[in-house]
Amino acid sequence: MAITTPKSAYLRGVVDGLPFILVIIPFATLFGLLAVEAGLNVIEALVFSLVVIAGAAQFTALQLMQEDAPTIIVLASALAVNLRMAMYSASLTPYIGSAPLWQRALAAYLTVDQSYMVSVAQFEKEPQMTVPQRIAYFFGAVTPVVPLWYIFTVVGAMLGSRVPDSWALDFALPITFLAMIAPMFRTLAHVVAAFVAVVVSLLAVGVPFSLGIIIAGVVGMVAGAQAELWLERRRELSQ
Amino acid sequence: MIDRTTLWIVIIGLGLGSFFLRFVFTGLVGNRPMPAWLLRHLRYTAVAVLPALVAPQVLWPAATGGEPDPARLAAAAAALSVGLITKNVLAAMLAGGVTLYGMLYLFL
Repeated sequence: MAITTPKSAYLRGVVDGLPFILVIIPFATLFGLLAVEAGLNVIEALVFSLVVIAGAAQFTALQLMQEDAPTIIVLASALAVNLRMAMYSASLTPYIGSAPLWQRALAAYLTVDQSYMVSVAQFEKEPQMTVPQRIAYFFGAVTPVVPLWYIFTVVGAMLGSRVPDSWALDFALPITFLAMIAPMFRTLAHVVAAFVAVVVSLLAVGVPFSLGIIIAGVVGMVAGAQAELWLERRRELSQ
Repeated sequence: MIDRTTLWIVIIGLGLGSFFLRFVFTGLVGNRPMPAWLLRHLRYTAVAVLPALVAPQVLWPAATGGEPDPARLAAAAAALSVGLITKNVLAAMLAGGVTLYGMLYLFL
């Protein structure tokens, strides 16, 4: 299906976003479950998901609140987990930065791992897309995902603690992220970035407030950029 | 029990903070050109941050009290390798899920 209009771009985004339904359902359900276990009611769990829509940060905040961490630490840690959103925002800017402000604001609210990843992959693959097509594609990619995030938060909260631990829902997130990352390893530089980030993240696991992830991400990005420069120089030398 | 005031401060603060993080570049930088060195680093955002987020959870899952777990390790390896081979996100997720449940069924 070729992208010729914003509408076809939107539809392609919807199609490309569909696989994430399988992810978002267990993930949102798990958040609802854990929120209720932590003492939130259904409405509070839903508002949490509506206002924040960021799974990893919501889980972080929930856990720290249960541990009676100071409010400022809860906020700082959850926002640190979400710092990657700023990186996503920066990397989307060259593609959609000239869209109208309200579209950028809405896209910002809807920036989640899945929508970002699918969209950047698409924008890189077809650089001739226009800005309205890109925005339409982005909104398409979140259409199957975000409503289900709200709905299944409620479902999870209503199920309460009836789901046994043996379902291993905790691992829905790592599997999802790994599955999403694998197709992105297009060059050696991507592999270097990921490898370095993983090593630093494991070494920095003791760093408080989830800052290890941010440190590892930045070091990985630098490693990827340096690998890219090195590969370019080597290509120039061999020509 | 979570204190209600704390809960609402966290929900609202996290909501505002997350929106700011998501909006800071697309909203405030807009279509002003960004330098090549910055763009070069941004290309590696996702492939660096996401593996960094996942790696500790794969090696030391909270669900097993931080002990490495063969089922979760195998599931992670399956998702990653099927993703690398097929470039298909859904196939990779299915491989990870099937491996996880298969291993948990066999060893529990």
